[in-house]
Formats: sequence, structure tokens, C-alpha cells
Amino acid sequence: MTIQLSHEPVTVDRDHALQLLGEMLRIRRFEETCAELYMAARVRGFVHLCIGQEAISAGLIPLLTPEDRIVSTYREHGHALARGISANACMAEMFGKVDGCSRGRGGSMHLFDAQKRFYGGNAIVGGGLPLAVGTALADKLQHEPNVTVCFFGDGAVAEGEFHECMNLAALWRLPLLFACENNLYAMGTALERAQAQTDRLVKAAGYHVPAESVDGMDVLAVASAAQRAIDFIRAGNGPYLLELRTYRFRAHSMYDPELYRDKQEVEQWKQRDPIDTFAARLLQAGLVTDAEIEQLRQAAADEMAAAVAFAEASPLEPVEQLTRWVYSDATPEEQER
Amino acid sequence: MNSTHVALAEAATAQTTTRLTFREAARAGLRDALARDERVFLMGEDVGHYGGCFAVSLGLLAEFGPERVRDTPLSESAFVGAGIGAALAGMRPIVEIMTVNFSLLALDQILNNAATILHMSGGQFNVPLVIRMATGGGRQLAAQHSHSLEGWYAHIPGLRVLTPATHEDVRGMLWTALEDPDPVLIFENAALYPVEASVPVEWSPVDIDHAVVRRSGSDVTLITYGGSLYKTLQAADELAAHGIQADVIDLRTLRPLDDATIFESIARTHRAVIIDEGWRSGGISAEIGMRIMENRFYDLDAPVERVCSAEVPMPYAAHLEQAALPQVAGIVAAARRVIGG
Repeated sequence: MTIQLSHEPVTVDRDHALQLLGEMLRIRRFEETCAELYMAARVRGFVHLCIGQEAISAGLIPLLTPEDRIVSTYREHGHALARGISANACMAEMFGKVDGCSRGRGGSMHLFDAQKRFYGGNAIVGGGLPLAVGTALADKLQHEPNVTVCFFGDGAVAEGEFHECMNLAALWRLPLLFACENNLYAMGTALERAQAQTDRLVKAAGYHVPAESVDGMDVLAVASAAQRAIDFIRAGNGPYLLELRTYRFRAHSMYDPELYRDKQEVEQWKQRDPIDTFAARLLQAGLVTDAEIEQLRQAAADEMAAAVAFAEASPLEPVEQLTRWVYSDATPEEQER
Repeated sequence: MNSTHVALAEAATAQTTTRLTFREAARAGLRDALARDERVFLMGEDVGHYGGCFAVSLGLLAEFGPERVRDTPLSESAFVGAGIGAALAGMRPIVEIMTVNFSLLALDQILNNAATILHMSGGQFNVPLVIRMATGGGRQLAAQHSHSLEGWYAHIPGLRVLTPATHEDVRGMLWTALEDPDPVLIFENAALYPVEASVPVEWSPVDIDHAVVRRSGSDVTLITYGGSLYKTLQAADELAAHGIQADVIDLRTLRPLDDATIFESIARTHRAVIIDEGWRSGGISAEIGMRIMENRFYDLDAPVERVCSAEVPMPYAAHLEQAALPQVAGIVAAARRVIGG
């Protein structure tokens, strides 16, 4: 069964719809679990949740090939899960355990997976953009048909590196998707209080980078726009900027007093919850049933409960390994030199 | 030896050695790297059409083309980060930054990405990147083109810091650096670029793990690197004229430091002077001095001395700049003080 959803010129079949919804539910449950663990002081450090922004990971990342590359930010749990890094490995990293996807060296902000070509959460705002220029340049020089996707927030647009990298990527026609997750706030600073020109499309035009703005709360709209962007890039046309207009429902990090935004504004955006709205559309169209949605919800809850059990059971890295991987081949004594 | 013998000796020498400037030696290393490995490319400001701001890469664009000798915009953070990304994705980039002062615009990428990603990823992603840059003063370029910040970079775990002082080292260290799986920074003292020397025609990668004793002596150990090597050797000549024999150590690599060579020398001389074109406070000279304290305190017959640059942004006027830099007279005086003569 295939349906045409009324306000979006995208068709989606049942299996695809369930897959998109299931991915968003997995990410949501992972994030809720992190919040619970943080409150219980079982996970520490900075934890930046993407609750409200799940449609971006679920809509965009499954469109990539296994050889494509992703460079991400410190709010990257959803990106990592959608890329196929297991919930077990992500959760064990939250716990700082040896089975974590960065062996406990990275934590929430630095999930890495070489096999999935996931080049990390980068916790310097804008700091991942030059890396993405580099991976895209390497693919171009090696005549590989890969696309690099670089996620960054609206705050990164104020960094010099954004402007340097837009210019470089366009100048060298690199296969790079600039995926700007615009959740309207750079930590606590509203976009319009930080940037004179808030229209990303105008900025992109200044660098001759084609761009499109899309509703980041609508998973089908994200998937549709991302497919256009990826096709354009893979055809050898150079970079593309996608602005994904979204909103985070939680604090910047685990807790902040949210003095910088109205409760009412948050409530209004919650009406546009990417999971609830998509589920409602699917139900209304008769594509899925309540029972099926509940099944997905339960599957996500079970998966994340299992991930917590896995993470808790995982051993700690022996302290003797503290200085391992400062250099690739060095013994502990050599590391100390 | 008659004149025929001299001519024959010179002819024999001509077959095995060649005269090169330091700049040409660095270029030979680059040319060789580009010819040997398709994954290698050179990237930086004015490396191509201009020929390199110090003419190190002159001619390489014509030889290897614009893909592999890649001019960049003035975007240090972006192109250094791009070098890191390209290294992560299978290339062997050589990134040139015009001077060490400009490298500060890319410090975020060098420290927060190049030096950390291997560890932060639990060993999954190594960064086989080489970054070359000019360092040092003495050319009346004032306070934004003349500093010696290699000691700062040597503070950072995850980096290797090379400071070639000889023509053979600047030619051969690049090869070794490119074989290293981790990020390597090469600091070329710009005052050396025009200096000529004879080097063997045949060459191979040079060791980057060990310091070298450039002159042997048993009275005092003079520890230095980079552009200060030649002033130190000159000081050693003057000391010899006063009957003082100096052991001159060329560190060659600031991180990891070759402690063993330093300690072995001090076990013989019992006295040490460190000569560093960087600033004294918190510099590499402080690190070396402290390691001597920690490990060879009871071998010392006198406090360790340092000859460093004055604690001042580098001035333009020639007499002020020369007063700010380590000089032969200052090295001789320090060595005589530690000897008590």
C-alpha cells in the first residue's frame, strides 16, 4: 500500500513508514534513558539530548551508502544510532565502559565508529566542518563516489570555519552536504540575537552553494529534501546546504534554567513533535495501526533497557591502558616521553 | 697533496655529494614524497603558482599539477582541518603554513582534532598528517612573523614535533614523517633557507627518534635545536679556543624528547647549557632543565643555565631584534659560568 500524504509531495509505503517511525522512537527512547541515567548520576559529563530533532537523523542518514561519511557534533546520539552504531555500544560509551564505541575515551560528545565511517561527535562548535572538507577532498582525489555529510548547528554558522569551509567546498566542488540543524538557539542565545543575517539560503548563495530550507520536524520532508541534495552531490555538482528547521524540547545540556526562551514557545513546538505528528498522519491515512505503533514503542524500550544492562555489565578499561592511543604504535613507556 | 690530487679528490666528491641550500634540500624532500606516493599532496597558501612564500615548493606545481600542489585561500583553520580529514580518509597530506604565528589560526584543529582523535576514538582513527611551517626570527619581520613556538606544540600529547637544523635532516625527515601513523609537525627555521651546504646525492629517510651529538667534548653539554645549532657550534669553537671542549647536542625532535642522549652527555660533562630561540618562561628549555633535575641532579657540578630569547614580542629594529635573540657571546658566557671559568 502506498499513499500520497496531502501536504507533502512524497509517497511512503508501509514498511518505509514503520522504519522511519521506528528509528525516531529508538532515538527518543535512547535519549529519555540517558536523561534518567543522568538524573540517577549513573551517566556524567555533558549530555546533549536531541529530543525533538529525531526526524533529521531518521530521515537523512538511511539514505547514505555504507561508504559515505558522517562528521557530527556533540549532540550526536541520534546520528550515531541512525547510522547503525548499536545502542549497546553507544550506551556503554555513556557509562565510560570498554565496550563503548570510543572505549570510554569519548563519552556522550565523542561517539566514533570507523567501520560505520562515523568521524565523531565534535565538541568544538564548527570544528567538524574542516574535517568534512578533508574527507570529501580525499574522496574526490581518490575518485570515490562517496558523499560526506557534516552536521552542525545554527550556532556554528557564526564561526569563521563555517565560512571558510563553505568557500573551500564550493571552490573545489567537493561532495559535501552541509546539514545545518537549526534549532534556533546557540546554547542560550537566540539566532536573531547573534546573527545579522539569519537566512541561511542567502549566506549559502554568497558562496555559490545551492541550498534548501526544510521542515526538520517532518521526517518525510527531511528525507525528500535530503535525497535531492545527495543526488545533486553524488552527480558531481559540488556541495549543497540543507537547513533543517527544528527545535530541541529539552535543555541545551542536561539541565539549564531555560531563562532564554518562553515556556509557551516550547509548548508550541511540542505540538509539532516529529514522532506524534508522523504517527497521527499514518494513522489518519490508515497506513499503520495503533497496535503497530505500540509495538515499535515497546521494541525501542526493550532495546534500550537491554543496552543499559549491556553497558552496566561491560568492564572498565584497565587504568594501565590510560595512555594507550596517544600515539598509534607506542608502548606505555614511550607514551610518557 | 699536489694539485692533481686535489682535483681528483674534488671530482670524487662531486659524484657523491651536491651543494644545496636548506630551501632546496626541503624541496628535494617534497619532490621525492610527491613522486613516491600517490596519496601525498601538498596544500597551503601560495604553495603552487607563487612557488611557496619562501620558494620551497618552486617548480612543484608544473611537475605535479594543481590537484597535488594545491593552493588554498587564506583559511588556515579550514585547510589544516581539511588535511586532518583527508588523512582520516586515506590520503597522506602535507600541509604548509606560512609561519608559526599563522598556525595559531589553526591551533584549534591541531590540538582539538589532530592530536586528540586517535585517543578520543579509542584507537579507531589515526591521523597520518604532516604540517610544515617556518619558524624563528632574525629577519626583521617583527612580532607577528618571527616567533619560535615549537616548544608550545611540544607540550601537546599526540603530536610529534621535528626541528630539522641540517640540510640532510630537512630533506630526509619528511620521508620519515610521512611514514608515521600520527600527526607530525615540522618546524623549519626560516633564517636557514638560504644557507648552502654539501649533502650526499644518495639519501633515504632519516631517524627522527634520536638527538645527535654534532660536536664532541667532555667539559660542558650544550643542548639546542633548529636555527640555534649554528650559533651554538660557533660558540663551541670559541670555547675550544679557551681550552673548553663542548658536547653539542642537536635535539632534532622536541616531542618525544630523546632524554637518553642528553643524560648520557651530562654523565660525562656534569654541566649543561640549553640554547632555545623560544621564550624562557614555560618553554621547552624549562622542560629539558627539569628533566635533568629529575634524573641527573647528582651528576651535575653546577646549576643548569639557559640562553633563550628575551621575554619580549620580537621587535623590528635590527639591533633590538639581535639583542632579543640568543647570540654566540651569550652562549659562550653561559658555558663559562657553569664551568666556573
